[in-house]
Amino acid sequence: MGQRLDLSRFQAQGQESCFHGKHIQPQIYAGLNGSNWSLKDYEARGGYAALRKILGQDGGEGMTPDAVIADVKLSALRGRGGAGFPTGLKWSFMPRQFPGQKYLVCNSDEGEPGTCKDRDILLHNPHAVIEGMAIAAYAMGISVGYNYIHGEIFEAYERFEAALEEARAAGYLGRNIMGSSYSFQLHAHHGFGAYICGEETALLESLEGKKGQPRFKPPFPASYGLYGKPTTINNTETFAAVPWIIRHGGQAYLDVGKPNNGGTKIFSVVGDVNAPGNFEIPMGTPFSKLLELAGGVKGGALKAVIPGGSSAPVLPASIMMDITMDYDAIAKAGSMLGSGAVIVMNDTRCMVKSLLRLSYFYQHESCGQCTPCREGTGWLWRMVDRIERGQGRMEDLDLLNSVADNIQGRTICALGDAAAMPVRGMIKHFRDEFVHHIEHKTCVVPAYV
Amino acid sequence: MSDPVKNLMDIELDGHKVQVEPGSMVMHAADAAGVYVPHFCYHKKLSIAANCRMCLVEVEKAPKPMPACATPVTPGMVVRTQSEKAKKAQQAVMEFLLINHPLDCPICDQGGECQLQDLAVGYGGSASRYTEEKRVVFHKNVGPLISMEEMSRCIHCTRCVRFGQEIAGVMELGMLHRGEHSEITTFVGNTVDSELSGNMIDICPVGALTSKPFRYSARTWELSRRKSVSPHDSTGANLVVQVKADKVMRVVPLENEAVNECWIADRDRFSYEALNSDARLTEPMVKQGGQWQTVSWQQALEYVADGLKRIKAEFGVSSIGALGSPHATVEELHLLAKLVRGLGSDNIDHRLRQSDFTLQAGGVRWLGMPIADLSTLDRVLVVGSFLRKDHPLFAQRLRQAARRGAHINRLGSSGDDWLMPIRQTLTTAPAYWVNALAAVAIAVAQAKGVAAPVAGIEAGPEATAVAQSLLSGQRAAVLLGLAAEQHPQATGLLQLANFIGQHTGARVGFLGTAANSVGAQLVGAQPQTGGLNAGQMLSQPMKALLLFNVEPELDAADGAASKAALAGSGLVVAFTPFRDARVENADVLLPISPFTETAGAFINAEARLQAFQGVVKARGQTRPGWKVLRVLGNLLGLEGFEQETVEEVRAQALGDLSTLAARLSNAAQGLPAMTAASAAGLQRLSPVPIYSSDALVRRAPSLQATRDAKPPVATLPADLWARLGLNKGDRVRVTQAGVTVVLGAACDDTLASDTVCVPAGHPDTAALGAMFGALTVEKASGV
Repeated sequence: MGQRLDLSRFQAQGQESCFHGKHIQPQIYAGLNGSNWSLKDYEARGGYAALRKILGQDGGEGMTPDAVIADVKLSALRGRGGAGFPTGLKWSFMPRQFPGQKYLVCNSDEGEPGTCKDRDILLHNPHAVIEGMAIAAYAMGISVGYNYIHGEIFEAYERFEAALEEARAAGYLGRNIMGSSYSFQLHAHHGFGAYICGEETALLESLEGKKGQPRFKPPFPASYGLYGKPTTINNTETFAAVPWIIRHGGQAYLDVGKPNNGGTKIFSVVGDVNAPGNFEIPMGTPFSKLLELAGGVKGGALKAVIPGGSSAPVLPASIMMDITMDYDAIAKAGSMLGSGAVIVMNDTRCMVKSLLRLSYFYQHESCGQCTPCREGTGWLWRMVDRIERGQGRMEDLDLLNSVADNIQGRTICALGDAAAMPVRGMIKHFRDEFVHHIEHKTCVVPAYV
Repeated sequence: MSDPVKNLMDIELDGHKVQVEPGSMVMHAADAAGVYVPHFCYHKKLSIAANCRMCLVEVEKAPKPMPACATPVTPGMVVRTQSEKAKKAQQAVMEFLLINHPLDCPICDQGGECQLQDLAVGYGGSASRYTEEKRVVFHKNVGPLISMEEMSRCIHCTRCVRFGQEIAGVMELGMLHRGEHSEITTFVGNTVDSELSGNMIDICPVGALTSKPFRYSARTWELSRRKSVSPHDSTGANLVVQVKADKVMRVVPLENEAVNECWIADRDRFSYEALNSDARLTEPMVKQGGQWQTVSWQQALEYVADGLKRIKAEFGVSSIGALGSPHATVEELHLLAKLVRGLGSDNIDHRLRQSDFTLQAGGVRWLGMPIADLSTLDRVLVVGSFLRKDHPLFAQRLRQAARRGAHINRLGSSGDDWLMPIRQTLTTAPAYWVNALAAVAIAVAQAKGVAAPVAGIEAGPEATAVAQSLLSGQRAAVLLGLAAEQHPQATGLLQLANFIGQHTGARVGFLGTAANSVGAQLVGAQPQTGGLNAGQMLSQPMKALLLFNVEPELDAADGAASKAALAGSGLVVAFTPFRDARVENADVLLPISPFTETAGAFINAEARLQAFQGVVKARGQTRPGWKVLRVLGNLLGLEGFEQETVEEVRAQALGDLSTLAARLSNAAQGLPAMTAASAAGLQRLSPVPIYSSDALVRRAPSLQATRDAKPPVATLPADLWARLGLNKGDRVRVTQAGVTVVLGAACDDTLASDTVCVPAGHPDTAALGAMFGALTVEKASGV
């Protein structure tokens, strides 16, 4: 679409996005400076103490798998990939007594537009993920794990492989970890950049070497996952949060956040802000505080925010400035916390053009497997494109809503919902702008910058 | 299969109480309740994809509409397939399906028999809300059978993809690209070569995959549909022959779960083209003074009758013989045998490719089990078979069994891929098959603690593995393929198979040569009182030979010898539908009806009697074979040729049908005498290519344009290939019994050493002679 993007802009500039020192009570990003990712630095920060603790090293009595799961349940840690499913509950679904092979998978296929938190974890604190996975595997009786890393982040993949080597050499991975009877093999897998492979069952298909297309559920991965075996899949940030929980106890983690929304959350604040970056803050921190950390709005007044990555419905400034950043509060406001990408838009942003970009993305990334998404995402994009080009009709607005309705809830995976929700959100909150586009064949905002 | 306790589950569907088995889907429950849920991607024989979303229904307590095909039933579930919520979801999906589907129904070959068209009437809007540009998908050429000219019509249900993966065993079609750019295509422009490919045309719910030979020749509503039975392999696949103006326009499967399920092989589907070919013989012909003369039936039959009478008087009846095709009907073969016997001769046979006739006595050889049981076997040893090409639908059933965990073991010289997981392969040159099977028998004997059946052979680890496999199952079988039946030591193989069966509980069966091989045996179309068998009749000149739908040069175990024998024979009468029938030295050509133009019956491998009617009028002067034989019998003054109807002939031919089963037996007494395996040079292995297997397929142009019909090449094992210093594209001189032909060469590292695979049944190799035997191969120079 349009002219080719200048890819050089996206290459590393040396300004890393999580070393600004503005985190609040950080756990995962605490003490990172970009050069202290290695094992000895991680150990110096208290790393692998949680794994040593559950395995009864250093004179402790150890923790049973049930105790680990109970602690994680108590912490109210919820899945950081976007759906916010309680992690401890998910772990308890794993049929631990299942006699065959079971798998643990880390979803590092961070592809949600605006989101870049997992990349920084893998680059600057990879051992937190490794330790978290080792603890999770212990709790669920799993002996093999994979970390599926997004295809477009090369350094993160290489860094994680290097960290794996360190962990293996130090005896934190492999057979009989630290002399215990617990064994866990962990491997990294580099994906190829398809957004859909962030959907957990498409990720499994891709990991198996097949075309990345979501599977119909049920059966869920907990009973039929990788290679048809019981599998638990969690997000990178979720695993990285686990060592802190085990070290300090589930209650301490819960106390950091809000009830039902334990711990800290990393938000990738992007868009029209003066200091974009990743910010780790306790759940329940007001949005206004987060915006302040990111240096405030750039180039105009705050107009709207997409609070949870491109799939989340947009919210206007008036709503955003009143809410706190946690699963329940954002859901109540009509959007979702999602992957934690906070896309800030100032008042020079045309909402039709913004929606066009989103709709293009979803029609481009639809896997094409099921009808409503394959056909509907393209239809949505073409209609928005027509409105943007000044060829819209008033009835298109209802048609957009109707087509979005017909996609939502009818597809195999959540990509269909993700494509439909921004459309409905935009038209709900910024209908006037669309009407203006149709009537005047031009933007309501003075100029798109 | 016995299934004593089924814990049926109650659910409510559209207000009806339905009982379903646990693990079934809502779709199955709807089927049971007689409720139709619209669908495209769901197919009862394929895995569930749930991608078309057409079958969305309302399930109580579920927030979203659920796909009926993929939603498992739970006790007490309440399903509404017609509710507002369900209807709205279905209509929405239909709208999405139609936005990019061309509205070209009037010029679409699928028009009138299109699932999308039909459902659009019920669920589509009368006008489209879609005003954007429509998708265009480029056409593909995937070979002579399937047309993929209008791929914009594809709705991405992936039935064809799943068919390839699951039924045909090879994923020839796949979905390329992503999102709305997804398209069904072959890998890097390859053709679709599966012998079952035509079924993809049937299961395609739209006009994306259509029949290349048929397309644009008729509209579905112009066609009369008539039941028939395939005359090709021993499956006896049930057909619907579609007819317009007394011409067969196309053939599709008639569903019969016990026989062909809902599939047919491409051979069954596309061979009809030969029925309409210019090569059809439409008038009786007699050769006089070296010139063919068209004559009336009266003249032709009197000529034959006179000739037979004269020869009988002059040379005696032992110089008269008849060979009938195992593709001929029960009635035809019965009357042919009756005619020969009426003359006083016992020289009648149908076993043209057989070379071992030592085991004359015994029952009628058959599959040894119902065809459907092939799908539920758990341990199988297939001996001497080109399974996939010889018996495409049996292979398909065994493939399904293998997918469910059955062990498929094979014994032979390999060289062909069955497209299913093989547990253990015993690969050896054809001359050592008996030794290899004996090794399995010995391993079985060792495991069961019984005396070894033969001496002088060691059971190696591979033979032991096969024995262990057979012994570990509940439903085992030893199946003898065509090559095992045609093998010079076929009797030995059968005896050993019986020994193995006896001690492992495995059933023993013959996969069977042709549509009516079992019928031919039942009507006595083989010597019963010491007459000449097929091998004898085709290796010595006969004074008179009646060839019923037989092309000896291509159909016999030794084509070259047959040709020579015929050249020296006296009166040669060819009953054939084709004027170009390859019958050396023929004196009379009698135009007989192919299966579509006569009533008759075939008895398939499982001994199922399947009668059929003619579906079109006979071409020209063509007459049903049974009527021709009946009149000939009359002209010869023989008794018992007064039948008025084909049913009357059938009743006489088969006698009491209730005793039919009792006449079947694969038992064989005795055990083979063993000779030590010794290096004896190169040996020939002869598959009959699938589209060379009978007179009909040899003349079907589209089948002849497929990859399977490419001119035969000599396939060499890797060590021989290296020894001869061959490179890709080289040709080889193959010499057998003093005759040399030059063929293309291929290398196959699965082939047993000292084995050269040279197909039979093809004019290019017909001069070589016997299907088994010694040959030499050298690199052809200067070619």
